[in-house]
Amino acid sequence: MDRGLNMVNEATSRRNREGASSTGRPGLLTLINSYFVRHAQTLFYSLGQLLRAPFSMLMTAAVIGIALALPAGMHQLLQNAQLLSGKLDDATQISLFLKKAVTEQQARELTHKLGNMPEIGRVRLITREQALEEFKQNAGFGDALRALDENPLPHVIVINPALQHTDAAAGRKLLERLQGMIQVDAAQLDVEWIKRLYAILEIIKRGVWILAALLGMAVLLVVGNTIRLAIQNRRDEIVVIKLIGGTDAFIRRPFLYTGFWYGLFGALIAFTLVNIALYLLSDPVRQLGELYHNPVSLTRMNLETSAYLLGAGILLGLGGSWLAVGRHLRDIEPR
Amino acid sequence: MIRFTQTSKRYEGGYDALSNISFHIEPGEMAFVTGHSGAGKSTLLKLIALLERPTRGQVLVNGQNLSRIKRRQIPYFRRNIGIIFQDHQLLFDRTVFDNVALPLIIAGYTRAEIGRRVRAALDKVGLLGKEKKYPITLSGGEQQRVGIARAVVHKPLLLLADEPTGNLDPDLSREIMHIFREFSQVGVTVLVASHDLELIREMQTRQIILHQGQLADDGSGVEYGQ
Ligand SMILES: Nc1ncnc2c1ncn2[C@@H]1O[C@H](COP(=O)(O)OP(=O)(O)O)[C@@H](O)[C@H]1O
Ligand SMILES: [Mg+2]
Repeated sequence: MDRGLNMVNEATSRRNREGASSTGRPGLLTLINSYFVRHAQTLFYSLGQLLRAPFSMLMTAAVIGIALALPAGMHQLLQNAQLLSGKLDDATQISLFLKKAVTEQQARELTHKLGNMPEIGRVRLITREQALEEFKQNAGFGDALRALDENPLPHVIVINPALQHTDAAAGRKLLERLQGMIQVDAAQLDVEWIKRLYAILEIIKRGVWILAALLGMAVLLVVGNTIRLAIQNRRDEIVVIKLIGGTDAFIRRPFLYTGFWYGLFGALIAFTLVNIALYLLSDPVRQLGELYHNPVSLTRMNLETSAYLLGAGILLGLGGSWLAVGRHLRDIEPR
Repeated sequence: MIRFTQTSKRYEGGYDALSNISFHIEPGEMAFVTGHSGAGKSTLLKLIALLERPTRGQVLVNGQNLSRIKRRQIPYFRRNIGIIFQDHQLLFDRTVFDNVALPLIIAGYTRAEIGRRVRAALDKVGLLGKEKKYPITLSGGEQQRVGIARAVVHKPLLLLADEPTGNLDPDLSREIMHIFREFSQVGVTVLVASHDLELIREMQTRQIILHQGQLADDGSGVEYGQ
């Protein structure tokens, strides 16, 4: 008991001195220093707590993972669809029908000028003579044309917009510009269905965002509910900690980190699921491409998308636990 | 150290657990709060620990008017107090060491300092060899002593104990009371709620006697030879 009394004596002399530094009570620097250490400790403590019951942890993480994988996977497919439709830019042609008065020489000059415009990828001039030849050979009414003493066809310039200007809005703008030129009689965007495809993709894109928002909310609720149960399970502990002077922040911290881990593991599961799905789809897609003599392959999630997925998972995990902690910690008070 | 001035506590439902209580306890003093069950002993301790707020009157602890302490500041206030309960409130999924270390972890002590202090506190209550055990493997008396070690490990100015010997046999109870006395002898203010009248008489210490929420005797006039 003697050594024990020493400790108590120390307590007395501390009170007599009233000094802060000599008490062993942490100084400011130590506090700041230990702040980060403690955060790291709590982070891994909460991981350790989760890994004590790996099965139920995985169950929750899997639910989160599936909820994240759905919008992430659809986003990835959409990206692929857009890449694919980008390859269809050959089909987005603009035909410029020049005015009758434009000579072949002028038409060639215009073709050259258009070819230098940045919005325009490739240009090809079909002179009225060439057009007539084609007509005679292909259309089958060569005789009727021969009966005319004058060639009724105009010069036509066929334009493929540059790759980065293949979307519907840019195509429409280019078309308007070309229509405004004095040599031009009419300009026509050849393939309307591309526009429709873009419109459909736009709707799907919006749909994916709505789906992502809904499933994000589901993740918030799943994490929130899991943390709520964790809080209830550790009610006694929370009471004790409040009783001996633990701040709300101190009590909150392990639960927030638990939410962090759920979000992180959920996102990793989602990442794995999406990549497995892409792998499973890659063969049939390649075969489809071969049918169209167009080599296509599904692209995997790039670094940016993966980072967004991880970030979204972690934020939702933290957010869900924040909601639960805010709602339920206050109710637990020592009595 | 503790001053009640015309303090009353009425619980929701209209029951007056304490009415118009006034008394004063000096720093380093030890006192018992006695009275039969329902007299208001626990309520009195709860007012001091800010587990409850008085409905009227005021409570001063260490010169601080508790009515001025906001909810946010309560944790920091409680770090100056050690609290011991009849049902000792240990965390059963942690070792004895971790239980006792909790107040120090909360206050942000360094690891080395925590080790040193926890061992000193356990030594004080005679449990030095049991740091790595889990509370469930200890006897009732030992568990209560772990609770005491946790209450004193951060060297509080004030020790509150609510029926600390309620579940213990007379010998163990006596031992616990003597540990409290040792603390008071080195300057810790100790307030123990108990209805173990025989043991209290034996302790020859000031008694604050409650009767149905009223102060029957604050014991301040009595001199005890020690
Ligand atoms: N939270 C509460 N709500 C309502 N009544 C309470 C509450 N706590 C205690 N009481 C009542 O206040 C009275 C005093 O209780 P308490 O201080 O626990 O007495 P003691 O500790 O002396 O047995 C009792 O009649 C009890 O029923
Ligand atoms: Mg009581």
